[in-house]
Amino acid sequence: MKPAAFEYECPTDLKAALAFLDADTETRILAGGQSLVPMMNFRMATPERLIDINRLPDLDYVREEDGDIVIGALARHGDIKASELIAEHLPVVAEAYEWIAHAAVRNRGTLCGNLCHADPASEMPAVMQVLGARMVASRLSGSRQIAAEDFFLGTYETALEPDEMLTEVRIPKPEPNSSWGFEEVAMRKGDYAWCTVVVMLSVEDGKIRQPRIAVSGISDHAHRLGATEAGLEGRAPDTALLEELAQSAAQDADPIGTETANSEYRRDLLRVLMPRVLQAAIDRAGE
Amino acid sequence: MKKIAVSVTVNGRQREALIAPRMLLSDFVRQELELPGTHVGCEHGVCGSCNVIVDGKAVRSCLMFAVQAEGSQITTVEGFSADGELHPIQTAFWEEHGLQCGFCTPGMLASAKELLDANPDPTDDEIREAISGNLCRCTGYEFIINAIRSAAKTLRDTENKKTLQPA
Ligand SMILES: Cc1cc2nc3c(=O)[nH]c(=O)nc-3n(C[C@H](O)[C@H](O)[C@H](O)COP(=O)(O)OP(=O)(O)OC[C@H]3O[C@@H](n4cnc5c(N)ncnc54)[C@H](O)[C@@H]3O)c2cc1C
Ligand code: FES
Ligand code: FES
Repeated sequence: MKPAAFEYECPTDLKAALAFLDADTETRILAGGQSLVPMMNFRMATPERLIDINRLPDLDYVREEDGDIVIGALARHGDIKASELIAEHLPVVAEAYEWIAHAAVRNRGTLCGNLCHADPASEMPAVMQVLGARMVASRLSGSRQIAAEDFFLGTYETALEPDEMLTEVRIPKPEPNSSWGFEEVAMRKGDYAWCTVVVMLSVEDGKIRQPRIAVSGISDHAHRLGATEAGLEGRAPDTALLEELAQSAAQDADPIGTETANSEYRRDLLRVLMPRVLQAAIDRAGE
Repeated sequence: MKKIAVSVTVNGRQREALIAPRMLLSDFVRQELELPGTHVGCEHGVCGSCNVIVDGKAVRSCLMFAVQAEGSQITTVEGFSADGELHPIQTAFWEEHGLQCGFCTPGMLASAKELLDANPDPTDDEIREAISGNLCRCTGYEFIINAIRSAAKTLRDTENKKTLQPA
């Protein structure tokens, strides 16, 4: 239960950090270390070199920029959870944080590290997809943006190339009339989800508009539920509709299973949580 | 692999060492600094028994490399008591039976101290939330919650007395 040996670099500017990634040595970024270090302690990860980004304070921000809320690579869970900007514009992010880990883990863990770790049972990958977030991937030669739904590819697998770093996440500020819902079941508060369902939608003239719904804990990566979204668009909110859509989403799902929560149980959770989340979002829209 | 020099302040004392990057902060305080009060339960971030306070925040010392602590102020359980006097949180754990085997206690104390430094009058729910990342196999938690509530009161009373005293 001790990590294998590695070389350690602790750059103090971003360029130097990116230069280290642009090499043959098997290199990983060390952000909060709250997922990487357990993997290293188990020797499930044995990187040859770690680039510690904790001395890049310029990447520690949550700010508003061109209609987006922008979260830097070193912004820690705890600071994002407590941020007034987040409370004002992205209450669904604040709510999701009530479910993510514990204070001591949130004191060090970062949102960007969480997204790069891409655990199938992690909440934020689903949240970022319903919010339409864009991931800014940077390398020495420049940067590109990746839509959240194209970022998560599988268990611990993202669209980042080995020489790329996620330098920030850009989340468009939701429309003022948009509403949200978030529900989760996990073994204990702060554990990874057995099933998370998150939704953004608005209700205009009694009709559901622009519904975005995503799940995690169900397949090898968080994903949106296109069929459910299509079934909601333009419809009047009504309990029977929500239950019917949840029933078919559960039927279509092929949930992963673990010792503590098997596939059938997760399917049940999806069926039960989905109408609750949707109803919560609809109720909020009426407030 | 190349060893790296680190310099940290632990329980008010400046400490220096030359260490391998892979040395966990938990092993560093226990073995290099010979402060075995910090307990190591799981070494993968789940149990919280290794929590120490780094620059005012409770963190898992098994999930930090000691080299990352360069320049930091660290408080371990050994730094809680001053001149042989237990810290009020420790006294409260004693009086309220907030420990049995004591394995989880150093981590519980770190979480409790972080909570009470920021929030002198927490609700029971806030106390529960603060220790939700600390596992205890003995007490059933209720006595720990009582201890933290009682410590909060003692600390508030001491603070009030101080401010009420004529200059
Ligand atoms: C007890 C416990 C409970 C937890 N519960 C939950 C939970 O309920 N839900 C949840 O979602 N998470 C949970 N976590 C994980 C936690 O959220 C981590 O903080 C997070 O998954 C990783 O963030 P980090 O900053 O610590 O990243 P690290 O551990 O430092 O890195 C994780 C991975 O991402 C890579 N990486 C990090 N930053 C970047 C970057 N900027 N660009 C490119 N690659 C990068 C690293 O190389 C590594 O592969 C828990 C952790 C613990 C210990
Ligand atoms: S030993 Fe660090 S959390 Fe268990
Ligand atoms: S007192 Fe024994 S584990 Fe808590």
